[in-house]
Amino acid sequence: MNLHAIRAIYIFEMSRTWRTLLQSVVSPVISTSLYFVVFGAAIGSRIPEIEGVSYGSFIVPGLVMLSLLTQSIANASFGIYFPKFTGTIYELLSAPISYFEIVLGYVGAAATKSIILGLIILATAGLFVPLHIAHPFLMLTFLVLTSVTFSLLGFIIGIWADGFEKLQVVPLLIVTPLTFLGGSFYSINMLPPFWQTVTLFNPVVYLVSGFRWAFYEVADVSLGVSVGMTLLFLTACMAAIWYIFKTGYRLKN
Amino acid sequence: MPSIISVANLSKTYASGFQALNNVSLDIRRGEIFALLGPNGAGKTTLISVICGIVNPSAGSVTVDGHDIARDYRAARSLIGLVPQELTTDAFESVWNTVSFSRGLFGKPSNPAHIEKVLKELSLWDKKDNKIMTLSGGMKRRVLIAKALSHEPRVLFLDEPTAGVDVELRQAMWQVVRELRDSGVTVILTTHYIDEAEEMADRIGVINKGEIILVEEKAALMHKLGRKQLALHLHKRLEVVPAELAPHRLELTHDGTELIYTYDTQGERTGITTLLKDLSAAGIAFKDLQTKQSSLEDIFVSLVKR
Ligand SMILES: Nc1ncnc2c1ncn2[C@@H]1O[C@H](COP(=O)(O)OP(=O)(O)OP(=O)(O)O)[C@@H](O)[C@H]1O
Ligand SMILES: [Mg+2]
Repeated sequence: MNLHAIRAIYIFEMSRTWRTLLQSVVSPVISTSLYFVVFGAAIGSRIPEIEGVSYGSFIVPGLVMLSLLTQSIANASFGIYFPKFTGTIYELLSAPISYFEIVLGYVGAAATKSIILGLIILATAGLFVPLHIAHPFLMLTFLVLTSVTFSLLGFIIGIWADGFEKLQVVPLLIVTPLTFLGGSFYSINMLPPFWQTVTLFNPVVYLVSGFRWAFYEVADVSLGVSVGMTLLFLTACMAAIWYIFKTGYRLKN
Repeated sequence: MPSIISVANLSKTYASGFQALNNVSLDIRRGEIFALLGPNGAGKTTLISVICGIVNPSAGSVTVDGHDIARDYRAARSLIGLVPQELTTDAFESVWNTVSFSRGLFGKPSNPAHIEKVLKELSLWDKKDNKIMTLSGGMKRRVLIAKALSHEPRVLFLDEPTAGVDVELRQAMWQVVRELRDSGVTVILTTHYIDEAEEMADRIGVINKGEIILVEEKAALMHKLGRKQLALHLHKRLEVVPAELAPHRLELTHDGTELIYTYDTQGERTGITTLLKDLSAAGIAFKDLQTKQSSLEDIFVSLVKR
């Protein structure tokens, strides 16, 4: 195991985070605050409590998830796409490191950043609504699992992308809609039965539901199913990366 | 002494179907400076990329100090430093950070003293905190060299290292390369400046259209193909070479003002004395004379044209 290399990549990627601190932290915090002002205060005051939780509090886990998902993907995909774009990837490919170590360095850094961000957003939310976290440890577990899973997905997108447009396409066309339709802002029980069934094909539902349970012990699907689906998604991403590296897909000629 | 790099029957066909390397076999000796010459698109960069692990070979094998580059890639790659042909750098990083990053990537514990030494040798010390995008092209090139040297490689690949580097710096760079060689590092370089290969290399390989067409000691190569020419600028134009001078096999330039005599510097006698005697006997006067040695460049051009 080339620990020095993993450390080098990790530090290098994190230093990019510090350098771009403004975009990476300030903008999600601002957008979260806007959500609270619009959904929490303006609209939420007219929405009744959902299973005993005020609407403002109800959307907190969903909002954190929304940021985790988009930020994890953005960070990880950019982290590996950029060296491909500038050509500095030559060094990574010629270094005595395994693909596993490359993933560890890049995904580790991207996930770290997301986790920090998630906690910052949570703290921001605390300024607007009373926060109650019934199962802090489980909450953190979901936070970490989601960050890692979607950083892996971002890494895959970064390797697949051969232009900046492709880098944007997946988050914009797939992840954002799935998050909005995944029960971030409502309980799926509020939907007509047909749409409830459709929604069950959306992986984000399971993430949000499990995460929300850790806060308020209310959930759309059972906790076990949430955990199971999250792990399944994690495994799928790892399998995809394993395949990419086994074939050298889009990295080596 | 076993060779440090051994390339056996290496072929590379790119996904486009283009065959860039065709059954290349090559041994690089420990501690030598090996110059790889070849026209644009000959396959120099491809060959280096395969050895360094950037491009997958289609067939054949490579070992570095006995380690197979595929099976034993960690051991093989940690011995190698690569300076790529393209100026690819992390624009927003500082010189110090990017060089330290390379050292870590190659599995070496951090060693600020070594990085300092490398940066000083390459005259980059006063730029160590600069962002790379604020450097000039020649400085970026040196940053790439510093990155390659950061992890104390035993083999250094320089893919056209002096493209875009001014004369003074080029000299300084060659000094660094010589010192590396003296410390036991094997250096493989590609260049389009043939005088560079002539000045620096111990051995020279010529590659053309994906095939190695010659590998030779530089001295032997120069010797073997080293001919000299004596050009005599005549006072009066000649229409033809006088018959009595035929044994000297002189050439007359088409404007008739110059006689060219070709001789072998390694021969026992060059025949110059007799030639000059015969010339004055024939009443041919000349106002100037000049000798010219065929350079590696001429050799190279004649090889590649074949
Ligand atoms: N990724 C690639 N896909 C397809 N063909 C490629 C690729 N990279 C290089 N080639 C082709 O392989 C051949 C050899 O290229 P290479 O870069 O090895 O040449 P070179 O000897 O380094 O040339 P130069 O002196 O211009 O640097 C060229 O014809 C080039 O077009
Ligand atoms: Mg080249």
